[in-house]
Amino acid sequence: MFKKVKTWGPALALISPTLILLAVFVYALIAENVRISMTNQHTARPSSDFVGLENYFRLFGDADFQHALRNLLLLTVVFLAGTLIFGFLWAWILERPAFGEGFFRSVYLFPMAVSFIASGVVWRWLLSSLQTDQSGGERTTGLNRLLDSVGLGFLQNSWWSDPNWGIAAIAVPAIWQLSGYVMALFLAGFRGIPEELREAARIDGCSEWKLYRHVIFPQLSPVMLSAVIIIGHMSLKLFDLIRAIVPDANTYDIQVPATMMWVKYIGSDYADSAAIGTIMLVLVALVVVPYLVYTSRQEKR
Amino acid sequence: MTTATVPPPVEVAKPRPPAPRTGRQRMNRTLKYAILLLFVFVVLIPAYVLFITSFKGPSDADPSTAWLLPTTWETAGWEKAWDTLAPALGRTFAMVIPASIISAFLGSMNGFVLSRWRFPYANVVFTLILFGMFIPYQAVMIPLTQLMQGLGVPNGIPSLLVLHIVYGLPICTLIFRNYYESVPNELIEAARMDGAGLLRTYASVILPISTPGFVVVLIWQFTSAWNDYLFAAFFSSGSNGPVTIALSFLAGGQLTDYAASMAGALIASLPTLLVYIILGKYFVGGLMSGSVKG
Repeated sequence: MFKKVKTWGPALALISPTLILLAVFVYALIAENVRISMTNQHTARPSSDFVGLENYFRLFGDADFQHALRNLLLLTVVFLAGTLIFGFLWAWILERPAFGEGFFRSVYLFPMAVSFIASGVVWRWLLSSLQTDQSGGERTTGLNRLLDSVGLGFLQNSWWSDPNWGIAAIAVPAIWQLSGYVMALFLAGFRGIPEELREAARIDGCSEWKLYRHVIFPQLSPVMLSAVIIIGHMSLKLFDLIRAIVPDANTYDIQVPATMMWVKYIGSDYADSAAIGTIMLVLVALVVVPYLVYTSRQEKR
Repeated sequence: MTTATVPPPVEVAKPRPPAPRTGRQRMNRTLKYAILLLFVFVVLIPAYVLFITSFKGPSDADPSTAWLLPTTWETAGWEKAWDTLAPALGRTFAMVIPASIISAFLGSMNGFVLSRWRFPYANVVFTLILFGMFIPYQAVMIPLTQLMQGLGVPNGIPSLLVLHIVYGLPICTLIFRNYYESVPNELIEAARMDGAGLLRTYASVILPISTPGFVVVLIWQFTSAWNDYLFAAFFSSGSNGPVTIALSFLAGGQLTDYAASMAGALIASLPTLLVYIILGKYFVGGLMSGSVKG
């Protein structure tokens, strides 16, 4: 017994600050957040009457919140599709050594180093449909003007100011920012495939396409899964970018749970705000927990 | 996490030697570069707009010239942006640098322990730590504001310093654990044979070989704390907040001074971009193990 304490004691002492901090700042606070979400504290005045799941029922019945959830789904689908397509395409092209490969990789990846707030400044302009000119009239600007001048005028649209599809426009800068990251993931995946596997397939008479289709791509599914988890959970949390592109936090068109939580917080509706936070946590957990359990099981093997 | 999902940091695989080319492959090559260059232009569009607009004066404000180079290169936007952002830049450095160093050290100790000491439920503890980096911080935000108030931590930089240390711990632990997994067991056994305890082993064997791990973690923490807006929005204001808050005030509102706000966006991005350009290789390593933290 004493020996065990002697071997584990110092180890535990080293990690205990972290364990205590995370126990408080993650798990205790999650519990407290759930408690607040079950009170009727809807104004700045303290009040802590227990109301059970009432706030949740009201939120799920609320048309605005339903719209926010639908927006979140649409955002996630477009964001995922975009980053996976571009990330995969770039990685596939750059997989074989090429002249200037490092340059292309760096350019595709650089948006990742920029904050959503900074990139939001320029995307706000790019995605603005109209701008008042000096004589007071409204003229097209941003991407719409560029599309018009290169003969792609039919692609012009009102971007995020559309209650049904506006949120998909927010996915455009998000895709711009994170495709490079997905590319890096896939590149690491491609390079992790042993050369012998390709050689063996070639000796068996596989054409280049068949080699990819039947040998290489299936090897990439774990990478693909990580990419989906990482991008998916970023999408569920996306907040900064929306705030930076759409100045008015109350804008209906682009409302998602993360922005709605902020609006409720500003309005001192702490119970609803906490409830939305909890709902976001459940959504993220649905994606992430199976993944964490899966990877930790694999590790044991 | 497994190496399959999170490749070890700083390991950049070597490209393979090129295969001999045929005629058809040469055509493929041309097509390949055409696509690659097209995407370079597309990806750089926002950078181009930021750059040219930041130098535009009122005479270039008309939408018809929006995509053209400035007729006269004005620096008024840059001056305004610098005056607005300078104090916030100083505050951000004062917060981000200590936050990165402290969480890196804690992460290194955790990573070492978790990679070597198989105490009961070590895997469960590790998974519980990891979950901390996936949570949407909105799910703790309301009680967190109350907790920080209760602890008496002032709003602004002190609060953000604490928060970036605490919520940076999971990712730092993960990166270091993966890094230390590759340290040969003999090294640690040898130290133990010499009678070194855990702490001695950590200080005299592990720390000296940890530099690459520290580079990756410091870069990662620096970038994510520098670019953070969510915590900053809840725990600071324009007068005491970091550069993301200052920038959002400069660029927000209905009537935006686009020259100033784009210059501001460039100024606010410069530190992380410099890190990316100078230490790009390590930056990618950090992303590989770490972009899970949104």
